[in-house]
Amino acid sequence: MSRIIIIVLAGILTENMVLSKFLGICPFLGVSKKTNTAVSMGIAVTLVMLLSTAVTYPIYSYILVPNGLDYLQTIVFILVIAVLVQLVEIVLKKYIPPLYTALGIYLPLITTNCAVLGITLLNFTNARITNYVDALFNALGAGLGFLLAMFIFAGVRSRLETSDIPESLKGLPITLISAAIVSLSFLGFAGIVG
Amino acid sequence: MHIILPVIIIGIIGIIAGFGLALCSVLMAVKTDERVEALRAELPGANCGACGYAGCDQYAEALANGEAKPGVCAPGGASVNAKIGEILGVEVEMARPVAATVVCNGSNEHVKEKMNYQGIATCKAANMLYGGPLACSYGCIGLGDCARACVYGAIEIKNGRAYIDRSKCTACTACTIACPKGIIKMLPTDEAAVVVCSNCDKGAATRKICDVGCIGCMKCVKVCPHDAVKVENNLARIDPDKCTACGECVRNCPVKCIDIIK
Repeated sequence: MSRIIIIVLAGILTENMVLSKFLGICPFLGVSKKTNTAVSMGIAVTLVMLLSTAVTYPIYSYILVPNGLDYLQTIVFILVIAVLVQLVEIVLKKYIPPLYTALGIYLPLITTNCAVLGITLLNFTNARITNYVDALFNALGAGLGFLLAMFIFAGVRSRLETSDIPESLKGLPITLISAAIVSLSFLGFAGIVG
Repeated sequence: MHIILPVIIIGIIGIIAGFGLALCSVLMAVKTDERVEALRAELPGANCGACGYAGCDQYAEALANGEAKPGVCAPGGASVNAKIGEILGVEVEMARPVAATVVCNGSNEHVKEKMNYQGIATCKAANMLYGGPLACSYGCIGLGDCARACVYGAIEIKNGRAYIDRSKCTACTACTIACPKGIIKMLPTDEAAVVVCSNCDKGAATRKICDVGCIGCMKCVKVCPHDAVKVENNLARIDPDKCTACGECVRNCPVKCIDIIK
C-alpha cells in the first residue's frame, strides 16, 4: 500500500511530468489561460494516460517482449495512443459536448502530447514499477501531476493578466518566465520520495 | 524473415484499432443538424468573414442554431441568401447590396509626393514610414495591398491609385481590412453621389498638396436639394440614404471631387 502511495506522490510532485520532466509543454502553455479549461484538459490527459497505460503495458509485456520486439515500443504506443484519443474524442462529443468544444483543437492534440507517450515509455524505465497495478498508479500519479501543474499555472496566469508587465515581456515571454519559476518551485519537493 | 513478425503484429493492432474506432463512431454517432450541412453546401465557401463569423462552417452552424441572421452573406448575393431562407423556412430580407469603393481620387497627376519612397513595395510598409510617400496623409498610396487581398481580381492599380471594378466586387471586405489608410468603404450599389476624398485637413492645406481633394467649402451642402450632404472635419460626406443622384453637387464642386457611382 505504501509503495503505491509513494508511486502516486512521486508522479505528482518529484517527477512531475510538466515541471520536472518538461513533457507536455504545449497544452501546458496553450490551454492554461482559464482555470476551467485547464482543469478539464488535465482530466482528459489523466484519462488518456490511464487508458493508454492500461493498454500499452500488456501489449509490451505479453506481445512485444516475448517476441523480442521491444524496439517497436515507440511506434506501437503512438498507434495505441492515437486510437485512444480518437475514442475519448468520440465519447466526449457524445456525452459532454461543452467540454468537447471548450478543449477544441487541444483534444486531438493529446495524440501528440509527449507527456502521454512519455508516461507509457517511462513505465518501463522506472525502477519503482514492477507490475501492471504499479504502472496504472504511476499513470494516475503523472496525470494528477499534470492536472496540478495546469491548475497552478492557470492561477499564475490569471494573476499575470492584471499585473503591470514590461512591454517587451508581454504575452509569451512572461508566460515562459513564470513557467520556469513555477518549475523551480517544484524542485523544493526533490528528495521527499525516496 | 524476421521482418514479417513485426509487420504482422503492428498490422493486427492497427486492424483491431481501426475496426474498434469504426464501431465506436457508429455506435456513438452524434446526430448533427442536417440543415447545417445543407446550409454549408449553399454558402459560397469563400470564408470571407463578411457575415461576422470566422468562416462559412461557423456561419452555417450559427444559422441552424438560430443565432445568426440570414441575408448577410455578401459574396453569395441574393440567390444564395434566398436558398438559405428556403432551408430555414423564413423570409430573408436582404441587406442593402454594397460594393467596395476607394474613397480617394489622388492618382499621380493630382497629388504631390513628399519623398521618393524606395522601400518595401507594400502600402503597409510605406505607411509606417511617415505615413507613406504622398504629401496627403489620408490618400491612396497605390502600392496595391488591396489588389493583392482581393481574391476576385476586382482591384487594379493605375497611375498610383486603386480602382475597383464594382461589378466584380462581392463585398467580402478583404480590401477594407488590407488598406492601411482605411479609405476603402462599402457603399450601396444603387446610384449615388460620393465624395471621393478622405482628406480631413483644412481647405488651404489640402489645396496645396492635391488638385482633387475636398476643401470643405460647403458649396455642395448649399446646393443639395435633399439635405444629404454634411461637412465634418473639413470633409464633405453624402448620406447615401438621402441622395437621389441628381448631380447638383457634382456640377458645383470646385475641385471635382464628387462622383456619381453605381
